[in-house]
Order: sequence, then C-alpha cells, then structure tokens
Amino acid sequence: VENVRLLDRLSSRKAALGTLYLTATHVIFVENGSETRKETWVLHSQISSIEKQATTATGCPLLIRCKNFQVIQLVIPQERDCHDVYISLIRLTRPVKYEELYCFSFNPKLDKEEREQGWKLVDLKEEYNRMGIPNNHWQISDVNRDYGVCDSYPTEVYVPKSATAHIIVGSSKFRSRRRFPALSYYCKDNNASICRSSQPLSGFSARCLEDEQMLQAIRKANPESDFIYVVDTRPKLNAMANRAAGKGYENEDNYSNIKFQFIGIENIHVMRNSLQKMLEVCELKSPSMSDFLWGLENSGWLKHIKAIMDAGIFIAKAVAEEGVSVLVHCSDGWDRTAQVCSVASLLLDPYYRTMKGFMVLIEKDWVSFGHKFNHRYGNLDGDPKEISPVMDQFIECVWQLMQQFPCAFEFNERFLIHIQHHIYSCQFGNFLCNSQKERRELKIQERTYSLWAHLWKNRADYLNPLYRSAHSQTQGTLSPQMAPCNFLYKFWSGMYNRFEKGLHPRQSVTDYLMAVKEETQQLEEELEVLGERLANLQKSQLNDNKVKSKQQDRSRQLGLSMSNNSLANTPQEYSSDLKSFPSRSPSQGDEEDSALILTQDNLKSSDPDLSANSDQESGVEDLSCRSSSAGGCLPSEDSGKDSDEAVFLAV
Amino acid sequence: MLRSGQPLTGPNRKRCREDEALLATVLDEGERGFVIDTRSAQAANQARMTGGGTEPKSSYPRWRRLHRPLERGRPLQESFAKLVEACNDASLGMDRWLSRLESCRWLSHVQAALSTACLAAQEEASVLVHGAEGTDTTLLVTALAQVILDPSCRTLEGFQGLLEREWIEAGHPFHLRCARSAYSHARLKQEAPLFLLFLDCVWQLSRQFPFSLEFGEQLLLTLFDNAYASAYGTFLCNSERERRVRENTHSLWAWLSQPGEKKKYLNPLYTRNALVIWPSVEPQSLQLWQGLFFRWIRSARYLDEAWAEIQRLVEGD
Repeated sequence: VENVRLLDRLSSRKAALGTLYLTATHVIFVENGSETRKETWVLHSQISSIEKQATTATGCPLLIRCKNFQVIQLVIPQERDCHDVYISLIRLTRPVKYEELYCFSFNPKLDKEEREQGWKLVDLKEEYNRMGIPNNHWQISDVNRDYGVCDSYPTEVYVPKSATAHIIVGSSKFRSRRRFPALSYYCKDNNASICRSSQPLSGFSARCLEDEQMLQAIRKANPESDFIYVVDTRPKLNAMANRAAGKGYENEDNYSNIKFQFIGIENIHVMRNSLQKMLEVCELKSPSMSDFLWGLENSGWLKHIKAIMDAGIFIAKAVAEEGVSVLVHCSDGWDRTAQVCSVASLLLDPYYRTMKGFMVLIEKDWVSFGHKFNHRYGNLDGDPKEISPVMDQFIECVWQLMQQFPCAFEFNERFLIHIQHHIYSCQFGNFLCNSQKERRELKIQERTYSLWAHLWKNRADYLNPLYRSAHSQTQGTLSPQMAPCNFLYKFWSGMYNRFEKGLHPRQSVTDYLMAVKEETQQLEEELEVLGERLANLQKSQLNDNKVKSKQQDRSRQLGLSMSNNSLANTPQEYSSDLKSFPSRSPSQGDEEDSALILTQDNLKSSDPDLSANSDQESGVEDLSCRSSSAGGCLPSEDSGKDSDEAVFLAV
Repeated sequence: MLRSGQPLTGPNRKRCREDEALLATVLDEGERGFVIDTRSAQAANQARMTGGGTEPKSSYPRWRRLHRPLERGRPLQESFAKLVEACNDASLGMDRWLSRLESCRWLSHVQAALSTACLAAQEEASVLVHGAEGTDTTLLVTALAQVILDPSCRTLEGFQGLLEREWIEAGHPFHLRCARSAYSHARLKQEAPLFLLFLDCVWQLSRQFPFSLEFGEQLLLTLFDNAYASAYGTFLCNSERERRVRENTHSLWAWLSQPGEKKKYLNPLYTRNALVIWPSVEPQSLQLWQGLFFRWIRSARYLDEAWAEIQRLVEGD
C-alpha cells in the first residue's frame, strides 16, 4: 500500500511517508526518499494486537502493538486498504500450525553440520556434571525416558540416590501434572540443593507415602542438614483455595522434617494485567511525573518483580548460608517455580552470570523443565488467558540485579533485550512448543536453528566491559540488599520504551568502554610485538619493518564513540502548551550525522540498530547496561536491511 | 540571557524609563525578547499588591512574557523533608513506595526546573529570567541553562566559575537557605533547598550525558555537604557584602583543585562535548538521586567498584 504515513509517537508532527508491505513473515514499512531508505521490519510473531482506529480527514489510522513493546502508528489513506491490511494482519498474526512460523523458513545460510553444532552448544548433561552430578547423593534417572511418567518433564531427570523408580512414579501421581520433585541446582560445597515440583494433590487430608518418601530422599541427600524448606511461591489464600479442588500444599504434620513457607507471588493472570497497565502508562503522551508514578504503582509491576526477587533471595540464602535444601513449587511448577529457581541459581553460582552459563540456565530451568512457551508467548493462536509475561519478568529480575551489581555479569543489557525479543520472534526453535516432548515430535532441532549459536557468534556485542572473572563482585554468591530496598527497583525504560529514541540519550557507555578495552588490548599486543622486534633488532642488524598499524581502525572506532557525543541530540518539546515559541530545529549539524554513518560501518553488529539507548541508572549503573533497540530489523537479518543507522540522518 | 528581580510595578502600575531603556538596549533592531517569570501569572499579579509585579506589555512592547511557576520557599523545603522521611521509612512496602515518592513532589520539581532551563536555553533570542527576588528560582534557571548550553561550564573549573557567578556572587542567601536541612523539625521561614535542586538537576544531566561533564557525582555530593556545613568560607553568608570573611577563611575551590583531591571529583568518561546537551524531561528519564537520598542507607560498595573498574579501563591500567 502506498502513501502510508508512519507517525512518531512522541512528536505527532514528525511523520514519515512511505510504502507498506505485507509478506508471509513480516510487515515492512519503507520510507520514501532517495538517500535514506529507512526500513522498519516487524515480524508477525511479534505483533500482539492491531487496532483499527476511527478514520479522520488525514486517513485511516492503524495501531500495531508488539510483544517487544514497539508501538507502530500507521495512517493509511484509503479506508478499504486499511481494512484489508487489518484483516490480513489478523490472520497472519494468528498462526494455527507450527509450520507457519518464521523459524521454518528462516535461512541463515549455514550447512547441516553448523546447524547441529549450534544445537549442541548448550549441553545439560555437561551442566549437571559441572555441578558435580552424578555423585554419592544424586543420580540421573531415565524413568521418564518415553515421557511415560510426566510428559512436560525432560527424558533425563536428576533425583536423590535413594529415590527409586517406584518412589518417583508414586510421587508423580500425587503431583499436579505429574511434575514430581526433581533437581534444579546442586551446591557441591555444602550438598544443599534446590529441587522443584508442582503442588501436591493433597486436598484437605490426602497423603501419599511415595511423595513423603521423595521429600525424605531429598533431605537425606544433604547429610549435614536435618530438615528441608518447602517453599510454595503462591499467596497463601490461593494455595488454600486449591485444596478445595483436591490440590494444595504440604502439611508439616505429614511430611517429616520440613519447614513450610509461603512466598506470595501472584498468578499469571495478575501478571498479565499488571503488564497491560504498565504499558498503558508507557503509552501516555508526555505524562506528568505524577501520572507516571501513580500509573506505575497502580500496575503493581515493580512490586511483582520484587516479590520474585525476594523469593530467589530467600532460597539462595537457605542454600548458601544455612546449607539447607529447598523444594520449590507453585501450582503447576512451570511459571513462578521457574522464575524463582533461576533467580536463586543466578545469585548462588557465578557461572550462570557468564554468557554461556546464562544460556545454560535458561535451557535448564525453562526449556527442559517444560515452561509452556507456546501458551505463554502465543507462538500459535490460542487461549488469551494463557498469555503471561513470565520470562519477561525473569529477564527483568536479571536486569535489576545488573543495576545493583554492575561488575557481576559477563553480559550486558543488550543481551537480555535480544533474548526477550526472541522469546516472541519464533525466528529460532529454542522457545517453541510447550515441552521437550512436543519439540522432539516436531523435530525442531532438525528443522530450525538455535538462538544460542546465533548469540554466541555475536557475543562481542553482548559483553559487559566491567566484568572481570577475577573481580570480587563476580565471585561467589550475590547478596542483594533486602530492606530497605524499594528504591533499588527501577523502571526499565530500555525495555518498555525501547523504541522511543527521544527518551534515551545516545551515548553508550558500554560501547565506549568496550571500544576502549579493545584498543587497550590491541595496543598491548602491539607492544608485545614491538618488544619482540626490538629484541630481534638488538640481536641482528636488520632494517626496520613497518609495523602494521591498526591505529586507523581503532581511532575510527573510538572516534565513533566520541562522536556519539555529538550525535544529533534534539531537544524535545519543552513547551507543548506554548505554541508560539519559535520552533527549534536540530542544530547539531548534519555533518556530524553523516560522519557517523560512515564510521558506523566499521562497527559490526548483530543488531544493525546502533542507536544507543537507555542510560538507566544512577551516575554509575549507566555503565554496564546499554541496550540497543532492534528497530524492527532483526539481528539475524541481512544487515543491508538495517533500519536505524539511517535514523540519524532522518532526525 | 539576563537575570533580575521583579519589576516594582506596584498597584499603581509605576513605570521606570531607565529600566525600559536598559531592556531595550539588549535587543537588536526588530528583535524580540522573552521574559521568563518563575512565578505563576496569578502570583505575579498578586505581587503588585506588595509593590512588585510584572513587566506590562505596553511599556515593554518587544518583550513577550512567559510564566513557568517553579516551587520555592516553604513548599520546596517541605517537599525535601517529606522525601527524606520517605526514604528513611523502613516500613514502606513496594506497593506504596511510588505513591509516597510522588506525594513528596520532589521529582516533579526536578522536572519543572529542567524544563524551564531548557526553555530558556532553547530560545534563539534574548531571555530575561526573574522570579520575585531574583535570588532563588531565577538562579536555578540561569545556572542550569548554562550547563546545558555551554561546554565550558561543564568542565570542573568552568562549573566552579558558574557557581561563583550564578549562585554566590549573584546573592543566593546560602546562610538562610541552607540552615538546617531536612531532618530538623524547625521549619525556618527562609529555608529552602534551591541549591540542592540545582545539584539534583545537574546530576540528572550527568546521567543522561555520561561523557559530557568533567566532574562526577562525588563533586555534587561534596558541594551539597559544604552548602550546609563547611570548613570553608565559600558558601558562608548571604551576599558578597556579608562575605568579607574571604580574608579569614579558606576557599573550597582551592582545596578541591589540589591534584590529590581533584582526581576524586573527575569523571573518567569525560570527553569535551562542544554541543548543547538537551535532556529528556520525560518521567522515565528522570530518577531519584540515590547517591544523595540513600547515601547512608544503602551500600555504595558495588557501584564504587564499578567506577573503579571504569577508571581502570580508561586509564589503561
């Protein structure tokens, strides 16, 4: 459709005119204008809702909201065209078969072996070995080898040595969805462990010998401790209500040597609504501070994030400080349980704070343990009540931790944002379906590509320059301040206002420091080379060789970071109510902008959009966490279609 | 950019030819200027009853007046005290923290101050800024506008010069304004944290433009401390006239500029940025200044380590 306008959300005066395309996988808007062929690409899987608004004199507005929080406002001249686009998008964004998804047609031009290697990058068996299992207390069990015991669990589960197949099967019959207690994390220093399950089918008075034996087995696997914690991550009221439905929670009287604890995290429906309310705040046009703070509090979002974090902290403390094992569950053990176990693991084990380790963590606690990606993130058209931002919340917890501990993570904010992006994108096969069983049936690994391989290949973009493996902050357990600490939880504008360039400064501290780091390294290498040459020269009387200097590239690269300072920093509208103020044009010089375009080519990036984003925190946390918005152009796309480099000119 | 006190128009609409002439000389042929009055239109009009007022259009035809009310005096001090109280309230749950923060209004004041400063800076015309006395919100606006506009005000030395000019010499009554700070129950009539508000705004700028200020948070914290209680004479008294102590005290600037000390206050990321830095004043872009308000409540250890790491990287240790 031609002559479509793409409106800028913050400044309704700025609208780009161009052509709208719909393909089998994307919505594409190509801006008119010879020099700056700015393209905005949006995957259908990313689209969460399409709103056709009332036709005005200027045309028919269409609002597209995305799961990665991009909001696109289009104005289509003809009502009939608008309607056609609307109907098509409705169909395109509600796939019914997996085969319709992008991952089955996406072609990064890798051969079969590379594809296989990509899938092998993360190996869970290796991970449990790293933890020290199997050992005297823990073993691997194949009781679920054909998914016969629990179809949402993996084929290989780790259980206490004293848990026989009989006990496991018996326990599984007493757990919701058959999700029996299994190992999530083992601490070899003190034998304490984190196990996870779903709620017991205890009702008001039912008991199950095997389930009680299972918990005992977990306790016995930690000889130094004479009890285990059982943590129910639901609010007490909800758990009690479940009893009426024949489910519920563990009775301390029936299970010997357990200490039971509720940690009230709300359910998926509350979280879905919370996000919705927060996004409404984000969509307000120039809200007052008051509107913003009230709206944010009303949504409850940060309160929920804190609840998840507090649960993780409790469990990490139990394991690290008390040396006591913990069994965690919620209702079905695939949402809150996953969040809380992975936060706890992150706090406990520095390995999970490395890039590779983080991928492993997600594979372990989310992918293998049957988190319902399809239902939660809407790969296919399904029940809207199943949709919930569960992984988004976990990813935000990680970001909040990064703000408090800027040196502790090997990866940066951009890494988290890209992962969140791909939870919804269906470009790779990792986050499809609802269980390992379903993925194997669909032969995902033979037919799609692994996100981890893609991210790993581009890992230079995802590094945190402040991370040093030998640094005190990166060692051992992280102990976030528990109270008072409300203020420590910040609104993540890099994620929820990701695409609003006016909101974020363009100076990326992370990118700058990475460039500095790289230059220092190159200089050090050069120093070494020169040192050797000097030694050689001193030995023999050879002529000076010209040392190939990478000076050019380095200073250009650094020059890039420097000139980021001089990036077109347009004043926002400070006086929207006083129209007769002479309008100010971005006076920061087009020369700088075009110079920027040239030097940007030097910086390779998996994400073509290099508009440096959120400068989040207090004058310090800024440093580690830079995001860059993917401006609709996906990291793995042909970088010729990169959209946002041209934005600098367009502004 | 000019600053002054309010014109003493009074209830009888007095005129002053000299004042009109002075302002006329500022403008070029055919040029127009703007008066940014930091009081609401209502307050400015009411001021006439006590001898003050605004510039009447008829007498100052080439000056267009804009009102951007900024909080000052008792309400601003209350805002500060409430905020400090909220920050220290350990019983406050996450479900009420944000609304409590909002009810203090401090961040709204930060937003308003930055907005007004940007407005003053944005004009490609001459601007006259005044409130009532010209010693509080006026200085807040003109000083901030210069940090935004002028790269030389963003160097350590330049910033010191700015403070000397726009706050100290300009006659901000430090002695009255920075008497007891937020914990005191005595609500002194003249006490108001304008200078702190200024420092908070500068901190917001440093967050949004991490490369553009030669100094870091530590300098701002030190200035805050010294405005209230100091071993140095720099922030003493209320005006130049009173400040004859200069001969009998040491200067804070002299101390800060010693090489050993200076290093603590420099920003390792600083690169001179010749351009204007326009901050975003959207709520998402402004944050509570943790380093100040939670200074004694939360451990700065991890953040300090991060800065040390940055220093190490930049200096190529």
